[in-house]
Amino acid sequence: MTSWDRFTDAFFNARVMEKYLPDILAGMVLTIELAAAVIASGLLAGLVLALLRALGIRPLNWLIVFVVDLFRSLPPLVVIVLIYFGLPSAGFSPSAFVSTWMSLALVLMAFAEEIFWAGIVSTPKGQWEAARSTGLGFGQTLLHVILPQALRLTIAPLTNRTIAITKGTALGTVVALHEILGMASSAMSNSYNPSPLMMGAAAYLVLFLPVVVAARWVETRFSWKR
Amino acid sequence: MRLMPPIVSAKAIHKHFGPLHVLKGVDLDVAERELVFVIGPSGSGKSTLLRCLNRLEAPSSGSIVVDGIDMLSSKTDINHARQRIGMVFQSFNLYPHMTALGNVTLALRKVVGKSRAEAEVLGRAALERVGLADRAGHRPAELSGGQQQRVAIARAIALEPRVMLFDEPTSALDPELVGSVLAVMRGLRESGMTMIVVSHEMGFARAAADRVVFMDDGLIVEQGPPAQIFESPTHGRTRAFIGQIQRH
Amino acid sequence: MEEIVQSFFNREIAEAALPIVLAGLLNTILLSLLVVPLGLLGGLLLAVFAQSRNPLVRWPLMAWVDFFRAFPPLVLLVLLFAGLPFAGVELGGFACVAIAFFLNTGAYYGEILRAGIESIPRGQVEAARSTGLSGLQSMTYIVLPQAVRNVLPDLLSNTLEVVKLTSLGSVVAVPELLYQARQAQSVTFNATPIVMAAVIYFLILWPVVRLLSRLENRALAGRT
Repeated sequence: MTSWDRFTDAFFNARVMEKYLPDILAGMVLTIELAAAVIASGLLAGLVLALLRALGIRPLNWLIVFVVDLFRSLPPLVVIVLIYFGLPSAGFSPSAFVSTWMSLALVLMAFAEEIFWAGIVSTPKGQWEAARSTGLGFGQTLLHVILPQALRLTIAPLTNRTIAITKGTALGTVVALHEILGMASSAMSNSYNPSPLMMGAAAYLVLFLPVVVAARWVETRFSWKR
Repeated sequence: MRLMPPIVSAKAIHKHFGPLHVLKGVDLDVAERELVFVIGPSGSGKSTLLRCLNRLEAPSSGSIVVDGIDMLSSKTDINHARQRIGMVFQSFNLYPHMTALGNVTLALRKVVGKSRAEAEVLGRAALERVGLADRAGHRPAELSGGQQQRVAIARAIALEPRVMLFDEPTSALDPELVGSVLAVMRGLRESGMTMIVVSHEMGFARAAADRVVFMDDGLIVEQGPPAQIFESPTHGRTRAFIGQIQRH
Repeated sequence: MEEIVQSFFNREIAEAALPIVLAGLLNTILLSLLVVPLGLLGGLLLAVFAQSRNPLVRWPLMAWVDFFRAFPPLVLLVLLFAGLPFAGVELGGFACVAIAFFLNTGAYYGEILRAGIESIPRGQVEAARSTGLSGLQSMTYIVLPQAVRNVLPDLLSNTLEVVKLTSLGSVVAVPELLYQARQAQSVTFNATPIVMAAVIYFLILWPVVRLLSRLENRALAGRT
């Protein structure tokens, strides 16, 4: 066996790959489900917090800013570990899926709130005044005049941040979640062969590379400049 | 004309911004169909006064009654009241994400409660009045400054206001575009609209204003018919200001 | 309530775990001091070479950046730590973290710096070249200083992410803050050490987050 053969036998072993392909695919499905749950709940929660903050109720805003700061400061892995290993002591044992989902959704919520808020405050004051001068109420102005403009400004930074946080689904493997990396690692230790890991790596690229390329396009299309 | 009850009545308006005392007790009555022109150096409080009239700024004290509605009462539905007071801004403040027609119809639909179809009929009529019926589907970015300001006027008059406030409507425009906006304002004037205009367009003031009000340092210094204020102002500060403006 | 205090804010355990956790903090700081400059250097190289007009240089660099933006850093780390030994290359956890982060954060820093460089008007380079500065000199003295200033909030934001990312070292047994806390937790069967780690991360990184918020909202206009 040449060294090249040894290399392909280790890293791209067809027999091993075939055997564990279903596992990796199952991992992909779970990763997609987790990612969808994180993105939907995280963005929605972030938007709701930003809108609440626009109401301008002092104590509520302090609370929002604190929660946002907290989840921007904590590494997502620390949040996952805290929820998965810590919460059971408080009598609540979330599954690996729920722990990972909650953690990443909280982190995305924090970043999304910050970005939505920046979009709202960067909309010129004159837009508020013009809308209010025609009799639109606060909520109507926010909904029909400010948000559509703010959302456009937020698309590019929000896309990038969402991708970065969604990649964190791989962290679930630390709490034994059977997503792609978890499946690949256990397949690797069962087969004493790194081929499943290469498949796992490829699976991530299949999922995320198109999104990253699409984000590049979005960035040039909806940049912060107007 | 002076015998008619005023449609706008502001009494003893004070406005503080932190330590700044911007309005120091301003009284202003405006009769129906009257065009009042407010002039004065920058920082004299004329824009703030205008913005107090529809409560975009809340006065620190005083009273404002517009068309029989107490603007400062907490019982007043301010959004409903503002519908009767149109406002045009120096920087147009058109909604960039909507077409001209969308800008004009938003409040008709959301405040007045018209259906989209009804609102669009009224909106097109308003655009027609400012000579922009053919621009209904354009976004603000596709319009010239003069056209944008005329859309902004259409947005205000579509609500059929009783009073129109103009806050330096032509200051942000290139000189060659000023005329089209002033023409629309003249048309409004001829239709009998009550107007309060903060502006430096002295030619327009001479031709169209019933009364010119000169403000300085948060107070009304002097007021009267345009000929009197421009030709023979009694107050030194007015004279200095008029002289400065006319040298340009 | 008493139970919650016992399992999350246990004083005795906190005192016992403090030295262990602080040792982890020291390693987190050292790791960050290694990884941030490495990533910045990699990013700078990427950004400068991405200015090349030769598509044979530009396209591979773009692909490289997108590749590592799409790749979860943990997967990269596991690949190096658990995969490479099969090829006969055995790197320690620390080296794996350093390499993985160099690749990952370098791509992000590169993207930020590229945007910064491209935000500088062409006339700046033309003016510099007209006075006789070389291409490299115009980049070093004229373009980069302005570019870095333009994207300072993004650079800072990415640095914050890098410091948070060092917690991944715990997966490959690098004794940084999270790893040490989990060790202490598994010995004491108590969540207090992890809470301590979380509090430490928060205390250290909160000021950075506040500063970032300020920078991001600098355009904050007054509203009614």
